[in-house]
Amino acid sequence: MMRGTAYVFGDEINTDIITPRGSDYVGADLTDILMSPVRPNFAAEVDEGDIIVAGEHFGSGSSRETAPRAIQEAGISAVVAESFARIYYRNSVNIGLPALTCPGVTEHVSEEDEIEIGLGNGVIQNHTTGRDVEFEPLDDVVQSIYDAGGLFKYYHATK
Amino acid sequence: MIRVKYADTVITIMGRTIAEKILSRASGSPNVVPGDHVFADVDLHRTSPARVLPIFEEEGIEEVWDPSKIVVVNDHGSQESIDEANEKSQARQFVEEQVIEHFYDVGHGIGHEVLPENGHVRPGELIVAADSHSVTYGAFGAAGTGVGKTDIAYISATGQAWLRVPETIRFHVTGEFPEYTSAKDLVLYIAGEYGTDVARYKAIEYTGPAIESLPLDERMVLSNMAIELGGKFGFTPVDSMVTDYVDERTDKPYEPVRADDDVDYEATYHFDASELHPKVSKPHRVGNVVDVDEVTNVELDQVFIGTCTHGKYEDLSRAAAVLDGKEVAPGTRLIITPATREVFTRAAREGLIEIFNEAGATVTNATCGACIGFASGVLGEEEVCLAAQNRNFKGRMGSETSEIYLSSPETAAASAITGRITPPGAV
Ligand code: SF4
Repeated sequence: MMRGTAYVFGDEINTDIITPRGSDYVGADLTDILMSPVRPNFAAEVDEGDIIVAGEHFGSGSSRETAPRAIQEAGISAVVAESFARIYYRNSVNIGLPALTCPGVTEHVSEEDEIEIGLGNGVIQNHTTGRDVEFEPLDDVVQSIYDAGGLFKYYHATK
Repeated sequence: MIRVKYADTVITIMGRTIAEKILSRASGSPNVVPGDHVFADVDLHRTSPARVLPIFEEEGIEEVWDPSKIVVVNDHGSQESIDEANEKSQARQFVEEQVIEHFYDVGHGIGHEVLPENGHVRPGELIVAADSHSVTYGAFGAAGTGVGKTDIAYISATGQAWLRVPETIRFHVTGEFPEYTSAKDLVLYIAGEYGTDVARYKAIEYTGPAIESLPLDERMVLSNMAIELGGKFGFTPVDSMVTDYVDERTDKPYEPVRADDDVDYEATYHFDASELHPKVSKPHRVGNVVDVDEVTNVELDQVFIGTCTHGKYEDLSRAAAVLDGKEVAPGTRLIITPATREVFTRAAREGLIEIFNEAGATVTNATCGACIGFASGVLGEEEVCLAAQNRNFKGRMGSETSEIYLSSPETAAASAITGRITPPGAV
């Protein structure tokens, strides 16, 4: 389920912040270094289902898939941002970690708010403030990849 | 424009762009509009075995979808390290196991030139591949674009890619290119003036008489560097120059795709080529562009001419015209790397290699080489290089403390002669 505590980050959280360099070697525990330049031990704070909320251009920088993977492995169920960098967005869809574009989200959600995402109805409920905010509707193609749980799960489900 | 009468209302369907037409055909959905996502059948796929193999193993996939539509090129380096050599062997093994006939091993050159030379790039086709400069195929009217490793594995397995239909912007260029200026100066001008995200997520169509006057190798500079402008595709016009080239190399039928006359582009930028001056990008951003005259005090340890942007015959011949009978300055290295073996052969036959050798340049085998700090031309600490290539990111050619300036091949050649950045008309 996509319900949990919101962790709010700013603009331009690039892939060198999400998973700092040197973390792409085989066997690295990605969650140890997740967000470490701006928030050391972040993964330890996260409970299964929690949600990252971020500003503009989340995931800019490298094309490495390690960035969304580390977020997913830490237990985060979705990232909601004002906007995403293109390659990060593709990588995130491909591994089945919802990346939801939601202009205005950083005004509607504060650190530690309890939020819930309805992937099907396009609404983010803020249980702390009692107010809802809508994210940009998902295209059918992207929705079907999320429904399967990622591009290769989609492959196995449809082949 | 098409007018359709529907329940007494006349609906106007505006003209369609090249990207919209190609993605409509490839996805089997006739009326896609920008912003739609589609699963499209790719016509050709360049895969990357070293990245695909682990995913195939994990997902239990044994066979590629259609070996006849897959190309493998062992480029980037030519076995410069053990890791790289192992990757190359993996590729050979993959090619053998999957019975992929279109395989170009180390020595053939850079994939973006090897593919069109061997007839794999045809107008109107969709080519999704394992490298960001796959946009280069736009010079042949093909929608070429690069994606990441899960995508590549998925395309290798299924022949399909999910893609967003991009908006299209147009760069319309009139006038004539002045002597000593070329496509590179135009694309650097655009990057400097409008920024390297002017075409983010979008397709580019370069149009107008100045573009049509360019030889194919020059048009490839514009399509190749569409990615440095943020673009997803970068098209130049399909005319008889393109179809003659393609017809010489393939018997497979193809259908060129042209934009309708009444397309409502998201934006159109107009330029007069006659006003261009030679341009240079300063470290460490492609968009950090100035006139060459503003950086003539920069002393150079190395000059490099090569890559998928400037290792083609036309690039080398422009450099040779400047270098003919001259010598490289003492204290400066000039490294020239033809993009492919075919280019090398022609350059040798036409006397270019001799000109380079006599000028004191080092001519290497066909490869990406120095572009990414592989092979001859790795930059040491605090070294300064002027490169006729596409990117000048920090540390790309070697040491993190080195500096890369970018220019056209003719500016690079002139600068090698003086040992400092120099306008091509000044030597
Ligand atoms: S020449 Fe450089 S930019 Fe072109 S494909 Fe090779 S490494 Fe990439």
